[in-house]
Amino acid sequence: MESTAQQPHITMISGPVVKARPAHRFSMNEMVEVGDERLVGEVIDLDEDLATIQVYEDTTGLRPGADVYAKGLPLYVELGPGLIGEIFDGVQRPLEVLHEKWGDFIRRGKTGTALPRDRVWQFTPSVRPGAMVSPGEILGEVPESQLITHRILVPPGVQGTLERIVPEGDYTLDDIIAVIRSTSDKIHELKLFHRWPVRKIRPYRERLVPSEPLITGQRVIDTFFPLARGGTAGIPGGFGTGKTVTQHQLSKWADADIIVYIGCGERGNEMTGVLVDLPKLLDPRTQHPLIERTILIANTSDMPVAAREASIYTGVTIAEYYRDMGYDVALMADSTSRWAEALREISGRLEEMPAEEGFPAYLASRLAAFYERAGQVVSLAGKKGSVTLIGAVSPPGGDFSEPVTMHTKRFVQCFWALDKELASARYFPAINYLQSYSAYISVVEPWWTEKVGSTWRTLREKTINILQEDSRLQNIVKLLGEEALPDDQKRIIEGARFIKNDFLQQSAFDPVDTYAGPEKQFLLLDVILHFIERLADVVKARIPLFRAMEPPVVAEIHRLKFTQRGDDPGPFRSIKEQIDKEINALLHRQDS
Amino acid sequence: METVTGPAMKGALEYIGLDRISGPLVVISGVRGVGFGEVVEVVPSDGQSRQGRILSISEDVAVVEVFEGTSGLAQPTTRVRFLGRPFEIIVSREEVLGRIFDGLGRPLDGGPVPLRGERRNINGLPINPVARVYPQDFIQTGISAIDGMNTLVRGQKLPIFSGSGLPHNDLAAQIVRQARLLTEDEGFAVIFGAMGVRHDEAETFRRSFEESGVLKNVAMFLNLADDPTVERLITPRIALTVAEYLAFEEKMHVLVILTDMTNYCEALREVATSKGEVPSRKGYPGYLYSDLASIYERAGRIIDRQGSITQIAILTMPDDDITHPIPDLTGYITEGQIVLDRSLAQRGIYPPINVLPSLSRLMSDGIGEGRTRKDHGDLASQLYAAYARARQVQRLASIIGEEDLSATDKLYLTFAREFHERFLRQGADENRTITRTLELGWELVMLLPEQELTRLKPEEIERYGRIKRLAVSH
Repeated sequence: MESTAQQPHITMISGPVVKARPAHRFSMNEMVEVGDERLVGEVIDLDEDLATIQVYEDTTGLRPGADVYAKGLPLYVELGPGLIGEIFDGVQRPLEVLHEKWGDFIRRGKTGTALPRDRVWQFTPSVRPGAMVSPGEILGEVPESQLITHRILVPPGVQGTLERIVPEGDYTLDDIIAVIRSTSDKIHELKLFHRWPVRKIRPYRERLVPSEPLITGQRVIDTFFPLARGGTAGIPGGFGTGKTVTQHQLSKWADADIIVYIGCGERGNEMTGVLVDLPKLLDPRTQHPLIERTILIANTSDMPVAAREASIYTGVTIAEYYRDMGYDVALMADSTSRWAEALREISGRLEEMPAEEGFPAYLASRLAAFYERAGQVVSLAGKKGSVTLIGAVSPPGGDFSEPVTMHTKRFVQCFWALDKELASARYFPAINYLQSYSAYISVVEPWWTEKVGSTWRTLREKTINILQEDSRLQNIVKLLGEEALPDDQKRIIEGARFIKNDFLQQSAFDPVDTYAGPEKQFLLLDVILHFIERLADVVKARIPLFRAMEPPVVAEIHRLKFTQRGDDPGPFRSIKEQIDKEINALLHRQDS
Repeated sequence: METVTGPAMKGALEYIGLDRISGPLVVISGVRGVGFGEVVEVVPSDGQSRQGRILSISEDVAVVEVFEGTSGLAQPTTRVRFLGRPFEIIVSREEVLGRIFDGLGRPLDGGPVPLRGERRNINGLPINPVARVYPQDFIQTGISAIDGMNTLVRGQKLPIFSGSGLPHNDLAAQIVRQARLLTEDEGFAVIFGAMGVRHDEAETFRRSFEESGVLKNVAMFLNLADDPTVERLITPRIALTVAEYLAFEEKMHVLVILTDMTNYCEALREVATSKGEVPSRKGYPGYLYSDLASIYERAGRIIDRQGSITQIAILTMPDDDITHPIPDLTGYITEGQIVLDRSLAQRGIYPPINVLPSLSRLMSDGIGEGRTRKDHGDLASQLYAAYARARQVQRLASIIGEEDLSATDKLYLTFAREFHERFLRQGADENRTITRTLELGWELVMLLPEQELTRLKPEEIERYGRIKRLAVSH
């Protein structure tokens, strides 16, 4: 247990928190390696002569006096080809490689590199030697997957004259592909990858205001609570309300170029489920397996807690990197509550003064800083790209007034509130349409009216009016029963039932229903509203409403979402005609 | 502090005298060369050694939790031996199965201490998500509310949320007796971990295992109500370490019953409070979630290994409150939950499973064509929708009276009654096949008008339902 005067060593261990001295050897947020097994950690506090380190691996067996090695760099990720289709842990250790190396269980200690060094990439340069290059500029391209062309960027902070660039050919990540001489005569040797500190926002040229919807194929979201590219959304819900299924659905069907999915403190089997599903599912637009555009970060609930805290940053940094290439990236974090709890756990070990429910006082600012990393930007290279952030929240006891939900609500523009009662009736997605909201409706409206249907706005408003009227009436129904209502109010209740069952409710497990493109959403809602409007005629003619539920077209409406994909408006049109025919027949029978 | 070393303790360090004793914790200073989380032996002057574990360690002060409690320890005379290794047990098939141990893994049945076998750290290691196999093999428990609506699959962790006095033990015992895979009968084992349960409860389980002839495949680890509380932190980890060995080395299908997790969490709170940690909700430590996850996540299946661990943890919800931190955090980690309901129990319905808050997250992949039956998913969904509506109608009926309900609503009332009496209610030894459960389900949904059956496809109603309608009308 020998330690020299210079070599910092451990003085205290309590769970994932380790203290070391002398502190002057470290800088804040510096990456360190702890003990003989070289466990990865990060400096999170420097106080006089004592450095506090959070360790990203199990600390059992670690002893006071053991050496701590400063790495001279803040906690970073490797950014380069080889990210797509991979699954990493919270500090970017590649889980597939870990599996090959150590077997079925995750051990601790050194693992080698995040990105494979032996893999060969085909690089095509797009600039010539002698050119002046600036940060973020594209040097060339590498085909990373069938779907994604990886653009090799000049790392932020590097600029000057391109002295040399390799010709088109096969290179590994260790090869030097370009040399840049800066104005101060400094030589930068560039490889296909570079490192970037996870807690630092990657720079961009200009921030844009979100203007296009991010289509998710989920009707309740796209039509009622739409998300914009570069926007933010929170999904709070107690356990069993379908947060994870909703996040999975978004990761499968959102029309982003790249999906970063972070399983933060969640179940191991769920990550396995994603790993099993994604290679099999095809992107509805490109017909390529979805895994070709997905990057997974898994820090399951039994993996070390400090790495859970880091996983969010690892994910969002990777997302920003692809944004800088000009891609639209959507990031799902499931669940941000586990990340907040990791903060709380570390904060507790540091004996910091707690604020609400034991969470540290800086919880709100950390959440704000995370959601601030969303946005549509013009990258340094002049490309338009975006990062959309969707965070699940797991409020204790399903109580939305708890700190994480409350603060999240302050920083996100879309709020998809999941409802326990809906979930217990197996009504999915259990998004409560009265509590949820989206600030992007006016942002996405031009897109919908232009590309999908000119009556989109009125259709949507009419539907919402019916649902709101219905919820008001339901209060009466609860006390007096449906029978007590006059027929025109019964029509609202009946109509709302159609909207709920045949539009809002969407099965994640049905091969057709699982994804509904914008056209299908519009056509389907149009049919349903047409039917509800025709019910008004039935009521006017004093025909009992239940008679209007008897025609065969009613069953056809119920089946529409399972049978039609929406690429052909014909069937929808003919159902509308059938509605008119059968309702007219009903009215005529009454007349005669 | 005086350091004693002798030839008897290779690699171990021994210290005499404690600086402080506080609740289950002791503090020793002047300690060098010991590691975080290692095991210690605390030996009071009577020589009866107790086990403990290092909770935090600084350059010269170690905080140790003593599993058997600190009662009777004296500051100057107590000796503390640092063993230089984490808590380990010896696992083997022969010396563990068919046996009864205490909460720290010491024999209670008069048999020998297991010696031959593999030494394993009881904390286990996280399973790499890449190495997991997604669980999808249906386990028939013979209980309709589970098989039909909250299906259990091999490798799942599905806890029972109960309340004090509810028949969770009977239900768990019935599952153990009846749980079978539809297709095969391979080597199986039951690991029973009890934390703070009463002696008679443990005995009920033992007898139940004995009567069903599985006792030779069972290992029981018992920390009873009058055993030291801190020991409860160890018991489930020992049980799971044995289970992992049997599943992943001996290729057995292991069912782990852990009861009662509420006692476990209270022991955790006790230790945290003694350490003076900052509490989060209801005084439980902020890391309760991570700690529970380190237990519950030790279930599942692994690629290229034949065995599996299925976990049924039982917890009693304090004051029947499902939002209490213990059930709440459990529900966030486990793959669903079976919720027992006091009002159903009071009406004499066994098993009193409230299906609405109950859930099996792995159900959709464990059922359907080739596993149970094609219509299973839609039927379960319809039963849920109908029962949720029926409960609303029941509430309405209690306000306006049954007479004033619409004709459809009256049918929903009938549905609720039949659901309770025929579907839910079953004997403690009644083992229903999945086919029987599905048939019952169809009989119930066909009590309702067909246009109410929006979750079922017309062809399914045609094939499975119409025949029931006929049967009902006759």
